[in-house]
Amino acid sequence: MKRTAVHLLMAGAVSLLLTGCGKKEAEKPAEQPAAPAPAVNPETAGVITGKVTLSGTPPKMMIIRMGAEPACEKEHKQPVHAEDVVVGTDSALENVVVYIKSGLGNYSYPTPSEPVKLDQIGCMYVPHVVAMMAGQQLEVLNSDPVTHNIHPLPKDNREWNESQPPNSAPIIKEFSRPELSIPVKCNIHPWMKAYICVFNHPYFAVTGTDGTFTIKNVPPGTYTVAAWQEKYGTQETQVTVGAKETKTVDFTFKAQ
Amino acid sequence: MVEPAVPVQQPQSRLLHRYSLVVAVATFFLLIAGALVTSNDAGLAVPDWPLSYGSLFPPMHGGIIYEHGHRMVAGLVGLLTIGLAVAFWRREQRIWVRRLALAALGLIVVQAILGGITVLFYLPAWVSTAHATVGQLFFCTVVSLVMFTGDWWQSESARLELQAIAPVRGLAWGAVGAIFMQLVLGAAFRHRAFGLIPHLVCAFVVTGLVSAAIAAVWLRLSHRPVVKAAALRLLLLLGVQLTLGGLAYWAVQFQQQAPQPLPLPVTITVAHVVTGALTLAAAVWLALCVERLRQPRSAVLAGVPALQLQGRQS
Repeated sequence: MKRTAVHLLMAGAVSLLLTGCGKKEAEKPAEQPAAPAPAVNPETAGVITGKVTLSGTPPKMMIIRMGAEPACEKEHKQPVHAEDVVVGTDSALENVVVYIKSGLGNYSYPTPSEPVKLDQIGCMYVPHVVAMMAGQQLEVLNSDPVTHNIHPLPKDNREWNESQPPNSAPIIKEFSRPELSIPVKCNIHPWMKAYICVFNHPYFAVTGTDGTFTIKNVPPGTYTVAAWQEKYGTQETQVTVGAKETKTVDFTFKAQ
Repeated sequence: MVEPAVPVQQPQSRLLHRYSLVVAVATFFLLIAGALVTSNDAGLAVPDWPLSYGSLFPPMHGGIIYEHGHRMVAGLVGLLTIGLAVAFWRREQRIWVRRLALAALGLIVVQAILGGITVLFYLPAWVSTAHATVGQLFFCTVVSLVMFTGDWWQSESARLELQAIAPVRGLAWGAVGAIFMQLVLGAAFRHRAFGLIPHLVCAFVVTGLVSAAIAAVWLRLSHRPVVKAAALRLLLLLGVQLTLGGLAYWAVQFQQQAPQPLPLPVTITVAHVVTGALTLAAAVWLALCVERLRQPRSAVLAGVPALQLQGRQS
């Protein structure tokens, strides 16, 4: 009898407590669902464009020796150079990632459905620098007659290391978090190096052989625009883009 | 008190001695193969483990030559070590030596597991450092077995100059500890767990302790040719290793500018790693020599049946 009474008392206490909790919950104002971030209005969007150059004497481009892998060596008739600093005509600096570092408002950016491609041609990564959005697909191809292994070394994303024999299906991967300059290497062919830059917005571009870049569909505002080069690091500048305005921003890295 | 010097090596002990020597030499080549993997940045050229590209013999090209080559030499040393443990367990009468042979087997198993973890988890710095360190420990264990089964260990008459030996013994083991720590710091630097400064600082400590140990041998045990030779060997290796250390520093700086591992820096860094292993082994050898002089022969042969001992002494 005593035991039953104790059980009844405990059950009552628990139900009281639960009712109390329920009341407290009921008293709380209902949380408003966060309003969806607006998309950028293309009617008012502007453009940031410019050129990246190198001042001073460009460093000597080191020759890559592929003798350890005759199949790779056979793919090249001319000497192959390292791509850490590639300077074109008029000191144009190639493979520089230019991007909006800060100042973007609360906009929503759809993830591009088109994958970004990274190929292996003549035992070199093509392109040498890849920029993409977080969640966008990376398609790794092997156009070479030899097996490669693709090994990105991120700090904020998941590391992976996969081999890819010749004529095999593309490797499809994603990086879920933004991260500047993830080094990629092939441990079979240690001269093979590339970089992947991952952003949480679409405002980035990689300079081509002429050193120029164009970032389109930029909402009006004031931004910190940065340029990253694998050997010389990052430079930043402020820029204000008005509605439908095209702003030119140039960067000059100093040769070391 | 002087014991009579009697050659005691029996054929089976000689066999164990030679077999240990073969394992030690094979381990030395394994250390070279392992150092080549790191210096050629080929640690992840084979992304799977324990198989290589799903097979025992993948096509050998590029960095796969180094990584799979290392696995093949490791497999050979693993098999030799199983044979070593079995041979010692069946033929060796001293229980502590048998246990040491078993410990060698345990170390090679741990080493293989660490090697697998380092591949499957993309070269975590501390695991790679531990892999390099256990390799050195295994090498020293096998070198110790070479000494314990050797002629000198089993036949040297001990004069039991305990007072003379005491400071030498402390310094010799101190040198072993310092060199081991130096190898850990070197491996940690190579695998990017630490910077270079601790390795450089420890080089001074090693130089000091090894010099002191050699000086102590010279002052107190110069009448023992085996101990003197061990000290000379250690001195020579220390000199070579310090030179290689300086060259390796230059090689690392030079390599940083290059798009790929270059033959000369690779050769220098590999030589620095394996000379480090030899220096540690030489220090262990010296310390064991000194240790042996503290023990009467009856003690080092403990476990050998009395009848057999009598036979050896007659």
